[in-house]
Amino acid sequence: MGYTGKRMPRVDAKDKAAGRAKYAADLCVRDALVAKVLHAERAHALVRSINTDRARQAEGVEAVFTCFDVPKYYFPTAGHPWSTDPEHQDVADRLLLTDHVRFWGDDIAVVVARDELSAVKALRELEVEYEDLPFVLDAQAAMEPGAPQLHEAFPGNVLGHSSIRRGDLEAAIREPGLIRVEGWYDTPTVQHCHIENHNCWAYMEGGRVTVVTSTQIPHIVRRIVGQALGRPWGDVRIIKPYIGGGFGNKQDALYEPLCAWLTTMLGGRPVRIECTREETFHCNRVRHAIRSHIISWVRPDGSFAARKLECWSNQGGYASHGHGIAAKGMNAFPQIYPCDNLECDAWTVFTNLPPAGAMRGYGIPQATFAGEAHIDDVARAIGMSPLELRRKIAMPKGYRDDFSGNVNWSDSFRACMEAGAKATDFERRFAELSKPQTGNIRRGVGMALYWYNTGVWPISLESSSCRMVLNQDGSVQVFTGETEIGQGCDTVYAQMTADAVGIPFESVHVVTVQDTDTTPYGSGAYASRQTYVGGFAIDNTGKILRGKILDYAAKLTKLPAGQLGLREGFIENDRGERLMSLAELATEALYSMEDSRHITAEATAQIKSNAYSFGCSFAEVEVDLRLCRIRVTRLMNVHDCGKLINPQLAEAQVHGGMSMGMGYALSEQLRFDEKTGRPLNGNLLDYKLLTFTDHPRLEALFCENAEPTSPFGTKALGEPPACPPAPAIRNAVLQATGIAFGAIPMTPEKLFRALEEGGGSDV
Amino acid sequence: MNDRQFKHIRCTINSRAVDAMVDVRASLTELLRGEFALTSVKHGCDVGECGACTVLIDGEPFNSCIYLAVWADGKDITTVDGLAEPDGSLSPLQQAFVDEGAIQCGFCTPGLILTAQSLINRGEPLSDEELRRELAGHLCRCTGYENIFKAVRRALDESLGKKG
Repeated sequence: MGYTGKRMPRVDAKDKAAGRAKYAADLCVRDALVAKVLHAERAHALVRSINTDRARQAEGVEAVFTCFDVPKYYFPTAGHPWSTDPEHQDVADRLLLTDHVRFWGDDIAVVVARDELSAVKALRELEVEYEDLPFVLDAQAAMEPGAPQLHEAFPGNVLGHSSIRRGDLEAAIREPGLIRVEGWYDTPTVQHCHIENHNCWAYMEGGRVTVVTSTQIPHIVRRIVGQALGRPWGDVRIIKPYIGGGFGNKQDALYEPLCAWLTTMLGGRPVRIECTREETFHCNRVRHAIRSHIISWVRPDGSFAARKLECWSNQGGYASHGHGIAAKGMNAFPQIYPCDNLECDAWTVFTNLPPAGAMRGYGIPQATFAGEAHIDDVARAIGMSPLELRRKIAMPKGYRDDFSGNVNWSDSFRACMEAGAKATDFERRFAELSKPQTGNIRRGVGMALYWYNTGVWPISLESSSCRMVLNQDGSVQVFTGETEIGQGCDTVYAQMTADAVGIPFESVHVVTVQDTDTTPYGSGAYASRQTYVGGFAIDNTGKILRGKILDYAAKLTKLPAGQLGLREGFIENDRGERLMSLAELATEALYSMEDSRHITAEATAQIKSNAYSFGCSFAEVEVDLRLCRIRVTRLMNVHDCGKLINPQLAEAQVHGGMSMGMGYALSEQLRFDEKTGRPLNGNLLDYKLLTFTDHPRLEALFCENAEPTSPFGTKALGEPPACPPAPAIRNAVLQATGIAFGAIPMTPEKLFRALEEGGGSDV
Repeated sequence: MNDRQFKHIRCTINSRAVDAMVDVRASLTELLRGEFALTSVKHGCDVGECGACTVLIDGEPFNSCIYLAVWADGKDITTVDGLAEPDGSLSPLQQAFVDEGAIQCGFCTPGLILTAQSLINRGEPLSDEELRRELAGHLCRCTGYENIFKAVRRALDESLGKKG
């Protein structure tokens, strides 16, 4: 094909470089009222009363609403397609404002004022009377008998539990000569930290509610706003312009339902809610902290006789995406290294922390840290190189997962491993650095594999729709419900459309703004699904449009449609001779006095397949023993995400994920006061994001094995790059220091304590 | 409200002389976005941590969210809107961002381009390490900084080459 596979320039880059690209706040009307939410300063409490008298009288205040004023329509917030089966619907545990505070920062009242300052000042005038309740922050502690209970419907605080049993573990571990390797692995609560905070503004028009919002999932948010307000879904219109990153936080309904309700309470006047950075940290979503306990019974040759996994996922105060995250992580465990005798359990547990939702990788960054740290612990225990062990035991070519139907078509793990090992000279470096080291600076290399899949089938619906409209000049508008959030889908959709229809790249106009009044349904940006699933919708729609064009061409040329083609915007005969331009055809078709046709096409693609997407990281570190500082000196990711649609965008996507993975390994953690549950570092000064100075050159390699189920040979790449760097870095630190970190981030403080406890003695 | 105070200021914004009555409590970010509709100046944190609101003031990069609007009196202010040619064509630095794949969500882009432009205007060579340090006041969550670094490196080197 012509344009897919090429480094085409991003269609939005020029506007973004020029500062012309418009984001939700940039479009807000100047007379919008400002809403500010009162967040509870308790981890767990009942609101007894809120005195609003002084706030209502404050300068500039238009209205005050409390948890006692909101409608009692419980709604779910997770960015999942709706299920018509009640058994599979998301947990509806939210109200617009709540009188049962379940985490420090829960929303209990809202002030609407003429400007931001008036709103903020009035918030301070609200007097809240609480009845304090005991709280719990740790997932395992929340499961203990007598622990504080968060939701009546979930006794014991367990939101979800799933398990896998395979073979006979008790019998298998009696095999003589087995080596038992056991480890505990903790991942922290982290936040997405997109640079644009979530914000939205709402108004009414013609009796309907419109919300302009920074979201990844406009069509899903429309449904949730309808549910939260008790309005028909068609009464709600969501507009999604450019957004400044999402990474899963904006794959939840955040403040859209409240904002929509406020405009209905204020006569349809425009109202805006703009989260501060602190609210983004505490009052949006976070990534689940997951504690994993793994025991492997290993034969001396590295093969597994039996394995056991237990994990506890910290859900925070509300269900959001819920058990799906821990379940996905657990399901990867028996696939990446198949084993005949298995016991796996995953629990998702409510605690009084901010609600955890989707974040880039959806359980796999946590599972990959635990699983891949453990593989290196196994390699050490049996005296085998970590590369050699993984070569032996990683999922073989041809492996098929019965549940998803996924097939490992191309031996992706070994292809990626060998490419990365060769490029980083891993085996030689590993052997060199395994020799005793002396001095203050210690070096190590490490690696990690990751397992991923593409989209959400068969757990949930995969559906994507597209509309194409031919202009008189032969160019085409493309509407999809799938959202550009920075990853570059508008550009790859333009490439796909150009190839599917047969027109130049420049003739494709991807409509970047999703408006649920005009944009056909797409589930949105999550599960690394859009290039894969959206690709089917574009291919189907492009073929329909092409067929209609050739049909009209047959009429004009009096040649059979089967002898005609469309290439680069020209109608050709079967000898490749250009007969007319598409512009001439489109103009004639639209304005024909005899047979006028506005040539358009529309299709829905329901996808009942999924695709494995695998790869690995290789890291090299320098550890300064005196300063207790870990510096990553080299980091490479290798991915088999099928055929690349745009190599430049793919590389950029990998760089960003690697950076996020480095932060996960080294510095990022949202911390909470154990005595009160109060967040301690929810700002960009105290929450340590990595900067320009913390990165080595980020290297991305690809093994392009075409995915047979995709019309463009592509599969997941959005989330995977963030999954393997943390364990690769952890394993490099293990080689450098002998310290087998069981928790990230590996901060200087933790390294100091580990060295004090005598780590590094075997170096 | 009787305690609300305003002050009249005159300044230059993107080579255009302007004047405005500003609330003495307002930040320069609010003035530029509100009064002059320069929405390329982004809100990321409001407290000088992320760099998204960076503008050039007399050629030096500042976080406009922690720079009072009244301080802009008499100053020469540049936002990213002021870098492109009048016909809309991008500056060499902006073009380098496009070519090197340095732009993803685009929210940190205007601020980063302005800091990078101030380095180019300084006309001094910088080592890779110095360059990373100069840019470190800007947070980006999409790119790992990799392609941004490449773009700035290229634009800086090319501008020095031309002068040399």
